[in-house]
Amino acid sequence: MSKQTITVTVNGEAYTEEVEPRMLLVHFIREKLSLTGTHIGCDSTSCGACTILMDGKSIKSCTMFAVQANGKHFTTIEGVAQNGQYHPLQEGFKEEHGLQCGFCTPGMIMRAIELLDKNPNPTEEEIRWGISGNLCRCTGYVNIVKAVQYAAKKMAEAPKEKGALNEV
Amino acid sequence: MIPAAFEYFTPSTLSEAIALLEEHGDEAKILSGGHSLIPMMRYRLASPEKIVDINGIPDLEYIKEEDGYLKIGGLTREVALEDTPMIREKYPLLYDTAVMIADPQVRNLATIGGNIAHGDAANDHPATMLALGAEVVATGPNGERVIPIDDFFLGLYYTALEPTEIITEIRIPVADGNSSGTYKKMERKVGDYATAAVAVQVTMNGSGPAKVGIGLTNVGPTPIRAKRSEELLVGQPITDELIKEAGKLASEDCAPTADLRGSEEYKRSVVSVLTQRALKTAFERALSS
Repeated sequence: MSKQTITVTVNGEAYTEEVEPRMLLVHFIREKLSLTGTHIGCDSTSCGACTILMDGKSIKSCTMFAVQANGKHFTTIEGVAQNGQYHPLQEGFKEEHGLQCGFCTPGMIMRAIELLDKNPNPTEEEIRWGISGNLCRCTGYVNIVKAVQYAAKKMAEAPKEKGALNEV
Repeated sequence: MIPAAFEYFTPSTLSEAIALLEEHGDEAKILSGGHSLIPMMRYRLASPEKIVDINGIPDLEYIKEEDGYLKIGGLTREVALEDTPMIREKYPLLYDTAVMIADPQVRNLATIGGNIAHGDAANDHPATMLALGAEVVATGPNGERVIPIDDFFLGLYYTALEPTEIITEIRIPVADGNSSGTYKKMERKVGDYATAAVAVQVTMNGSGPAKVGIGLTNVGPTPIRAKRSEELLVGQPITDELIKEAGKLASEDCAPTADLRGSEEYKRSVVSVLTQRALKTAFERALSS
């Protein structure tokens, strides 16, 4: 089948590439753009390791074709830190020991960015439901919840940091 | 897992999409949210040669009340049901259903039209639409036709939709102050299909219901209307005994098969319990609204 040309913006940078229609977005990001922070865990829309932001909304990049991404704006974990400064969520995962092996962490952070964007002051239950599409096999989630709470608190204290991503 | 190769089309109007479906017939599949189709393609359970991506067609994402109906555009994302206050307030059955579908990332893309068009009794909207007495608006080469929900689900992955038709709208009779409902789902974990789930919508007239809709998820080849339970309750003062009997009838009228989620007997028991819980919640909500 013939390839198609797509242009996507990832972390503020525009990329134009030829892709086979059947190429999944996660493969495009990892193999064509060499942005390997986005992980492939289950390959079956269950684990959330491949979560990225599409026009600000968290999606599972294993369940979209790269051709569908034409013209859209994405943020991956590589675009989250700004000017050498960790995003409050990255800082939260570090400070609260929100990771052990780290495989789920990029997806957790990308999902939590949208969660806090829609609900800046979530309850513990709302955080747990909010990350229910992301699996972690190490932590038992307790410290992940704390990491999100850490970030929520920090972002409430310095609201300017919240909007930074949207300008990417 | 890599899906089989296909040719990809992005029509920008409805008529263009329908023309593509007419041209390619059975070779073509419609891609909306993609959260049923793409997993099936990855497992090679589906290998369509042509994909018609309808996401570029404008004006198919909306939720509005008009002409006595709640109208939901076929491309409306599940997340829109969660985020629309009117749905939470007036159509709690729809809200309760939406939040139990898969997980937040999936709901950001998955569509209501796709959930219904897939024809899977394990999906959550089909039973809910039975309980709500919905209608499916399908648009094809000859224009629109309205399909009552009871005539829509014909078998596993098999619906009344023609291969050249697209679900453009779901219509639900407008809820009044006397009606309410809920969705009770048992799932082993978030994102799993229901072991069983029960959708209930009631409209009260005094202390008894004037209308009762009960739909059952994933306990048969199609979503099932618990008709005898509905008939038992209509016009009767609500008692615990009556609700219990309605649960029993529903458990008899479903057709579950044993799988990893449980035995047939267990699933019938779950249907009985969830039917009773859903009825109680629906009656409480309708009487307090």
